[in-house]
Amino acid sequence: MTGAAVSSERAGGPLERPTTPPDSDAGGRRTLRVRIQGAVIGDRIYTAAITLFALCVPVLLVLVAVEIFIAGWPALHRFGFSFLTSSAWDPVNGVFGAAPAIYGTLLSSAIALAIATPLAIGVAIFLSEFSPQWLRQPVAFLVDLLAAVPSVVYGLWGVFVLLPVLRVSVMPFLRDTLHLGVLPFFSGPAYGPSMLAAGLILSIMVLPYISSVSREVLLAVPRSQREAALALGATKWETIWGAVLPYAKSGIIGGVILGLGRALGETMAVTMLIGNRPQISASLFAPGYTMASLIANEFSEASGDLHLSALMAVGFVLFVITLIVNAIARWLVWQVSRGAGEKTA
Amino acid sequence: MIGRALGVALIVSACSGGPGDKQAGSGSASAGGASAGADLTGAGATFPYPIYSKWFADYAVKTGVKINYQSIGSGGGIRQLTEGTVDFGASDAPMTDAELAKAKGPVLHVPTVLGAVVITYNVPGVTQPLRLTGDVIAEVFLGKITKWNDTRIKALNPGVTLPTTDVLVVHRSDGSGTTYIFSDYLAAVSPAWAKAPGRGKELQWPVGMGGKGNEGVAGQVKQTPGAIGYVELAYAKQNSLAYATVKNAGGAFVVPTIESVTAAAAGAAATLAPNTDFRVSIVNAPGAGAYPISSFTYLLINKTPTDAAKGKKLLDFVKWALSDGEQSAAALDYAPLPPAIVTRLDARLDSLSAGATP
Repeated sequence: MTGAAVSSERAGGPLERPTTPPDSDAGGRRTLRVRIQGAVIGDRIYTAAITLFALCVPVLLVLVAVEIFIAGWPALHRFGFSFLTSSAWDPVNGVFGAAPAIYGTLLSSAIALAIATPLAIGVAIFLSEFSPQWLRQPVAFLVDLLAAVPSVVYGLWGVFVLLPVLRVSVMPFLRDTLHLGVLPFFSGPAYGPSMLAAGLILSIMVLPYISSVSREVLLAVPRSQREAALALGATKWETIWGAVLPYAKSGIIGGVILGLGRALGETMAVTMLIGNRPQISASLFAPGYTMASLIANEFSEASGDLHLSALMAVGFVLFVITLIVNAIARWLVWQVSRGAGEKTA
Repeated sequence: MIGRALGVALIVSACSGGPGDKQAGSGSASAGGASAGADLTGAGATFPYPIYSKWFADYAVKTGVKINYQSIGSGGGIRQLTEGTVDFGASDAPMTDAELAKAKGPVLHVPTVLGAVVITYNVPGVTQPLRLTGDVIAEVFLGKITKWNDTRIKALNPGVTLPTTDVLVVHRSDGSGTTYIFSDYLAAVSPAWAKAPGRGKELQWPVGMGGKGNEGVAGQVKQTPGAIGYVELAYAKQNSLAYATVKNAGGAFVVPTIESVTAAAAGAAATLAPNTDFRVSIVNAPGAGAYPISSFTYLLINKTPTDAAKGKKLLDFVKWALSDGEQSAAALDYAPLPPAIVTRLDARLDSLSAGATP
């Protein structure tokens, strides 16, 4: 989706119509005219066809949104605004509030981006600016391969490797050795499944998206940009920081947003690692819940119409939040590219 | 229990009035659309899927009738049966009155095998099976017992050195019949539990964290010292988990085994009303050797099938399953039905097939 945002600047305008030939009754030109008119009709059909294809996607999107909204309406109507603010999720008594799941979705994605973004940009800068040619392809390939690993495999790895390491080493180290336990974020018992675990696994999962897009964008920065900076006596670091990164900023943000989209919707691995507890806790060591996990966990055995409707409503909220996040991202990219444009101009 | 039994009896009498009126309708429908070679489709519970798929395979070899079963979960099975997209459903928990009211016609619950839920734990230094009572289990899962060396656990386990470790409750995060059976038991033995989380496939858990599936709960319990959780007996046996003996209604501490689970159904059978619809809870069942956290799993069958040929095929299969099929249950770690229940089910099915033939 954001790839389109990046490339849309480059995309051309609407199809150019062949200009009608100057009006002339000369016999030789008549056949030409007929031929061109035929081409115009062909073009029209072609335009209509691809317009139809292009419209299909947004129409589908709207239909999905409408369907989810209709299915979720009974719950949204019943609980109103408290659906977004209440922490009660009690299928037995039919009381539903999605606040912990909304909080968990946003927080786990934020942790993922906080960890993955610097790493991914670092990888991208290394690959585009520092890496010897022979190393570039293998490393890029392996980083991209991270995106091909199925979610459930990440989950399994998380359960058997990441969680024990977190519980035995990382969490006690953060809390006791570094005395970060005085902060609410790193307090409480360390069991393993937690917001932190979910954020960490998500960071690995979104890293290839961010790094791959960033690498391509950095490689697309014109040589002249670098040469100009070097000619002014800039060091390699100053060149990257002052000339290359600003040029690539909007593309990199696009990559980050692509990663964020992935993090918001990721289900399986998160479900296996987050502890699935609908609560809002400041501590990253505490278990939490995400909207996607909630739906995945409860949908198949949802009993009662209200419960189903509440899950649909959660789906709708997730849909809207993803939409809002993407809108903000578009705006950011627009702001940044405008800023960059003014600077370079 | 008594209130429940009364309720069940009422429902039975209400239901038994039904089929007579609708018989005429189904007879005329079947006259037109009897598709001879059509196979049966079903959907529902995941818990009995291994035994069901063995049954369907064996039955296909024996009779040539192919049965397609999708283990999409009990809730999905009930929905699909209600919508009429499958010939039969399957569920770990019996359908509620509200669900029955929505069904197209009267639904017969046929218990097939028994499942049990065991309490698994990871307590450092404890090697012999812990002894627990329903009260103590409820207190633990309500978050009122927070240490393993709590006096209430100590009192049940004299001679066992229990550590000071914190208790970590691990429950199922996904909706599940296992959770239903477990919460049904706790609600039966603990008034506090009956009031607060109640019984259901998904609950608002007072404490703890959720693992997805039996494997999620078992994995979390295995990894975390001090953890306690609940899984299906079959899963616990196959993965050699440690599990507790639980005090039953008769006051004996019972090890969960195939035999003690069947004993629970036998104990409950004695109290069944003559015209029961089998929608009964057998948790905390009477009987000396009965394991208290046991439950039926059901096939859900339309009493008035729109397609009589299919209805007959289904009844034939169910009769076969209850006689020959039961023999292979124990090998797959399912507890077979006690003979007392099978006899009564056979009688019920016979009356049904006699009524259904035009």
